[in-house]
Amino acid sequence: MASEPSLDERPRLDARRNLGEGDYVSAGATQTAVKILVVGHFAVGKTTFIGSISEIEPLSTEETMTRAAEAIDDLKGVRGKTTTTVAMDFGRLTISERVVLYLFGTPGQMRFVQMWEDMARGALGALVLVDPERLADSFAVIDLIEQYGLDYAIAVNHFDGNPERAEASLREALDLLDDTPVVTCDARDEQSSAAALTTLVSYLLARAG
Amino acid sequence: MTRPEEWEPESAALVRPYVITKGRGLPDDGDLSLITLVTAAPDQGQRPTRLSPEELRLLDLCSAGYLSVAEIAGHTRLPLGVVRIVLAALKDGGYVLTRPPVARARLADKELLEEVLNGLRAKFG
Repeated sequence: MASEPSLDERPRLDARRNLGEGDYVSAGATQTAVKILVVGHFAVGKTTFIGSISEIEPLSTEETMTRAAEAIDDLKGVRGKTTTTVAMDFGRLTISERVVLYLFGTPGQMRFVQMWEDMARGALGALVLVDPERLADSFAVIDLIEQYGLDYAIAVNHFDGNPERAEASLREALDLLDDTPVVTCDARDEQSSAAALTTLVSYLLARAG
Repeated sequence: MTRPEEWEPESAALVRPYVITKGRGLPDDGDLSLITLVTAAPDQGQRPTRLSPEELRLLDLCSAGYLSVAEIAGHTRLPLGVVRIVLAALKDGGYVLTRPPVARARLADKELLEEVLNGLRAKFG
């Protein structure tokens, strides 16, 4: 199933000659760019979800996180810093003649909090992908989403052979508000992914009204 | 032994980020967000030769249309922070135009959400 993207496996696109017309945002849609986060724990299917509805080949980018190390050894001339590389993947969907939507797949781990800050800022909302067999893994992700004040919907990504878990018990397990939408979805299927996204945006609209 | 096809002559890892950025810091947070759209400014006939290879590469990449900052980072495989800094310099020099995303205050804009919803429905039925 979906794995986190590896930068080394991605196609290299180093120069403009490798980019076709479709790789660029269509002229009209440059007026308004919006984003929605697709979040979930490791290997829940974020990359697959984005790939199923993105109009471009999903891309990945990385950020190097630097933090001061606890001990600094000046004598050895060692800079007291450690770095971590965090990758996120994303896709694009031209919504109308005016709007282009970006979907950002976000690693759910707490230690990527800096990157969350970046991605959450200005996001319309978030779709939380949940594996019914690993519900506990989603707690941290939902905590983060709530911490950043994002409205969200839950999409239960069905894997082959997984038993369906009743919505009521899932709501209870995840401690969801009554109006938080819960949909089932197959992240591999374009229509299914789009339906989950539509549910989220309907909900955001209802919240805005 | 590395076979020729495995060479990565343009790998960002070979050049320290601070060399590419010339030691400059990150631009203001509101500037050049992940989804700020960037394109090369028209009238690039007389490009000064002072631009660094990375500046030229980014300028080339966005000379055929708009790309988001995230897409530019994805296509070039440069770290996001590095891309932001180089783009900020290009913007200051008037080489690129940017279109920032809608301001946060306007996000609850029902009209915008309606447009997204209608767009999704039109696209996927």
